[in-house]
Parts: sequence; structure tokens; C-alpha cells
Amino acid sequence: MLWALVIGTAVGCYLLKLLGYLVPDRVLDHPRTRRVVELLPVALLAGLVVVEAVANGRHVELDGPRLAGFAVGAVAVWRRAPFLVVIVAAALTAALLRLA
Amino acid sequence: MSERRTVVRDSLSVGIAVGAYGFAFGAASVSAGLSVLQTCLLSLLAFTGGTQFAVVGVVAGGGGLAAALASGLLLGSRNSLYAMRLAPVLRVRGVRRLAAAHGTIDESTAMAVAQRDPDLSRVAFWWTFGGVFVFWNLTTFVGALVGAVVDPARIGLDAVVPAAFLALLAPRLRAGRVERRIAIGAAVIAGALIPFTPPGVPVLAACAALLLATERP
Repeated sequence: MLWALVIGTAVGCYLLKLLGYLVPDRVLDHPRTRRVVELLPVALLAGLVVVEAVANGRHVELDGPRLAGFAVGAVAVWRRAPFLVVIVAAALTAALLRLA
Repeated sequence: MSERRTVVRDSLSVGIAVGAYGFAFGAASVSAGLSVLQTCLLSLLAFTGGTQFAVVGVVAGGGGLAAALASGLLLGSRNSLYAMRLAPVLRVRGVRRLAAAHGTIDESTAMAVAQRDPDLSRVAFWWTFGGVFVFWNLTTFVGALVGAVVDPARIGLDAVVPAAFLALLAPRLRAGRVERRIAIGAAVIAGALIPFTPPGVPVLAACAALLLATERP
């Protein structure tokens, strides 16, 4: 199952990228299609933020260090810190709280 | 000429920043149960970070193949839109087009469209692609090796994943009210479904928040 997933993801992702170079602009350029493709990542990313922050399989798990690390990362995002700073701040916070 | 060098330097520094994220991906992927080889192949061949994280996130939660693949490919569909935007700028044919397709990701698109001049856009695209490709794959490999011996939670990587997704989402939240409404709706839907559906489904169901996209005057 994992190999099928790796191969399916690799092939699918490449074909999605290539698709944009092959189709004439007007096919996908319907304003509504464009809007949906633009907004889809907003919904998916917001869903992923919540699931990655609080889910453990099918359980809601409020893990202190994980949430604190996420919160510090979120403040860094809000303050428009560079991506690298966001990542290091989130990791350091969670790791240090687990050491304590 | 110096303008060109500035673009090259900026493009490479994007690659280095993304490299840290590659480390987190490598570790997360191995701890989800993928082998080091499978992890590296995903970074080499799928080469689109958000999708890769989404896929291994579903696997880590115990979700099925269909849910993992669906959330990954839906998230990857934005690259089609980037490709449409880049095609008239890059004007590539044949093998170069096949290569350009592989490099069509968030970072290379953002760097290319930020340039005023088409020549600089092409420089930005290829150098960002190259920089991200090298660092993303190197750090994926190192992260996978580290993740195989250290629990990623001990180095705080479980907090990195949601924070990184939020960083990817942030520019869109600043783009408009419709985006914020969709994001809040999607977050509520996904959170509410966690206890009731198999892993992977909450994120897919969050797409229903697109129904909130009706623009109001």
C-alpha cells in the first residue's frame, strides 16, 4: 500500500504540473474554475493546520508542548517572520517544553 | 547584470530556507512508517512540499490509501494553475518543458512572477527550482535518517508541521475576506470531524468550505 501511495503521488503530482503547460489557457481559464483552484488550497491548508495541531488518529489530543510550539510558530507567522524562523521557533519551543 | 545576480542570490536563499522544512518532512515521513527510500523518492519525484506533508500526515494518522492520495493530489492541483501562469513567461518546449513542469511549485512560481522583466522571471524560476530541489532532497534524506533513530516529537517536529502549514496559508489569509471565511469554515469542519471519520477525511471534507466563497457586495 505504501509503494502504491508513493508511486501514485509522484505520478499524479507530475501530471498535474505538466497539465498546466499542455492545456490551452482558455480551457482552464474559466473564471469560476480558476477561482476554485485558487481557493481550494485555502480550505485544505486550514484543515491541515487544525488536524496536524490537535489530531492523533481519530482522537482529539491537546498536547501541551505541541500546541505551545504551534502557538509560538503562529505568532512568528503573524509577525511576518521568515519561514526558517517560524520552523525553528516552533520546534525549539516544543522540544524545550518536553525536556522540562 | 547585477540585477541578475541579485535574483540568483534571492532564489538560492529561498532554497536554503525551504531546506529546513525538508528536514521536518524526512523525519515526519519515516516516523509515519515510510522507508528512507520511499521518503526520498517522494521528495525527488513528487517534489511539492505541502502535498508530501499531507500524504504522510494521513498515513501517520492511520488513514487509507484513497484518502491519502486524494488529499495529496487535491493540494497538488494548484501547481496546474501555476504552470498555466508560467507557460507564457517561460516559453519552453520539448525536454525543457518536461523539466520546467517538475519545478513548478509554490516557491519557483512566486519568485518568477515577482520579477518585472521576463528574462529575470526565467532566471528566478530556474535558480529557485534548482536551489529548492538540491536543498529539499538533501535535507529530506538527512531528516529521514535522523527520524529513523530519534522520535521526531523529541525535537519538536510535531509542532513544526501545523506551523509550516499556517505559514503557507498566511499570504492567502491576508489576500481577502473570502479567503478568511473559507479558512475558518474549513478549520471548523476539519476539527469537528476528527473523532467521527477515518484519518484523512476531515481535511478532504474541509473543501466543502468553498461553498462559503460567494462574494458579497
